Amino acid sequence: MSKVGEVCRHIRSKNAGPFWVTIDLFFRNEELYRRYRDTLALGPEVIERLYGTDPDLVKRLPVDALRMVKISFPRAKPQGWMGERDMHAGQHYARLLDVEIG
Amino acid sequence: MTQADRTPVTVLVPTGMLGAGLQRGHIRYGIASGAHVIAADSGSTDSGPSYLARGVSKMNRESIKRDLEILMDEAFKAKIPILIGTCGTSGTDSGVDWTRDIAIEVARNLGITPKIACLYSEQAPPDLVSKNRQGKITPLPPMGPVTDEVLESCEHIVALMGPEPYIAALQAGADIVLGGRTTDTAVLAAVPLLMGAGAGPAWHAAKIAECGGQCTVNPRTGGVLMRVGKDAFEIEPLDLDNQCSPESVSAHMLYESSDPYRLTEPGGVLDVTQADYRRLTPRVTRVTGSRWEPMPYTMKLEGARGGNFQTIMIIGIEDPEVLAHLNEFHDTLQRVLTDRIKTTFGDEASFFDLSLRLYGWNGTSGRPVPANTPPPRDVGVMLVITAPTQDLANRMAKACNPYFFHMPLRPGIELPSYAFPFTPAEIPRGQVYEFLLNHVVHTKDGLELVRTNWTDLSDASRKVLENV
Repeated sequence: MSKVGEVCRHIRSKNAGPFWVTIDLFFRNEELYRRYRDTLALGPEVIERLYGTDPDLVKRLPVDALRMVKISFPRAKPQGWMGERDMHAGQHYARLLDVEIG
Repeated sequence: MTQADRTPVTVLVPTGMLGAGLQRGHIRYGIASGAHVIAADSGSTDSGPSYLARGVSKMNRESIKRDLEILMDEAFKAKIPILIGTCGTSGTDSGVDWTRDIAIEVARNLGITPKIACLYSEQAPPDLVSKNRQGKITPLPPMGPVTDEVLESCEHIVALMGPEPYIAALQAGADIVLGGRTTDTAVLAAVPLLMGAGAGPAWHAAKIAECGGQCTVNPRTGGVLMRVGKDAFEIEPLDLDNQCSPESVSAHMLYESSDPYRLTEPGGVLDVTQADYRRLTPRVTRVTGSRWEPMPYTMKLEGARGGNFQTIMIIGIEDPEVLAHLNEFHDTLQRVLTDRIKTTFGDEASFFDLSLRLYGWNGTSGRPVPANTPPPRDVGVMLVITAPTQDLANRMAKACNPYFFHMPLRPGIELPSYAFPFTPAEIPRGQVYEFLLNHVVHTKDGLELVRTNWTDLSDASRKVLENV
């Protein structure tokens, strides 16, 4: 069983405006990209569990040329709310690293 | 025949953010390479709602001044215009005026007399209430329709401008255009669109260049040049040792955008689904296949306001027993401090929030730590108290003080003292600000909601001479 952090060469997360977060997963090679591009292990339910977002609003956009998958979703609370811990969402990707991807 | 039919329109993008620092040599290289304009962005919502709610710049004055000095000096000698978008971080009217005053000071120091156009796109809440009642304000996901009360409660609301006001200012003879809130791309696309470049390549090049060197192989070394033609554009770094590779350029479409293929802008959508990125030279990438789909004109709205206040306190812990039982420690401390505030403040504590963040354990995410995670060597604990006034948040922190610094892990243990670094220990942090709008306003064109003011320093210098 591989983890997300093992099959990607680079993962990053960033705010996309005040209300959205976007995570970019760059896979190690073409084979891993093809294998995991559409996996349910990165589906809306997983994003909901890790980020408390509405699963119906999760967007998943593969970019074949870059062997990467972009996952975008609304923040559970807008950027800068009183409980904010990560204004840029720059560390949000870290909780994905140990997700088992099959 | 337009300029773009003969040769591409060249835009010098000196930096992703005015004030971040730039090298004069890069600017000279870009101008020597035929730049028709210098265009840069000076703002963002990335740093949170505080700057918009207060109408204050994130960047310090000295950094803006130094970058403007270099740009204005070189642009004046080369007789090319400068466009700056989203002045003062959030692009409020106050941010535009702040930047204009710095530009005037720089012009005087350099002994130059530019004609400066200021573009204002801050909106008065009553005007937007009226637009809302006409059904001309619509939400973007995940928001619902906006109420009049929310619009009226915003301390500042700005509308994101497209390129039209910049084009109009240049046509009226501006040497420098200082814009309020503008999409990053519109500032960069304005001159290519004015000079007849293709709309698809102009907007796509602008999206790629919006963060300066971010689309290069070494993002820390300077900005880029974009050369925009009818059907293609090229992107080149300003630093001779840097490169724009097909991968570094195409990857920038992903950055900070929720959709890497389609980008909604004022008056249309950029579609790069069919874009092709090819290496032209070792340093330059050429892009074809960018498409622009005109749409009815909309401007995105951003609004923010201040709310509650916070006071924080910080301790460090190296005690092995506490570190071995951090979840238990967190939960006990949370309960003890919450009870302390409730019993001490009674009705005055009808609203407050108390948050403990254990840095070195799970402070960054606040999420549960997997079972069997070994204890850390050291944790920093930040206590954040939120209350309706700064005074109340301060008093609540003071009430927590003896418990936060001395709470034993379990009853019966000798009173510990955790490491606190400051005296006084409580730190008034200020107000909590919030973004309230994620909506668009439908307008008849790109100019309807924009006001332009002129500062002609050549007039001013004539008047001074006449008065002598």
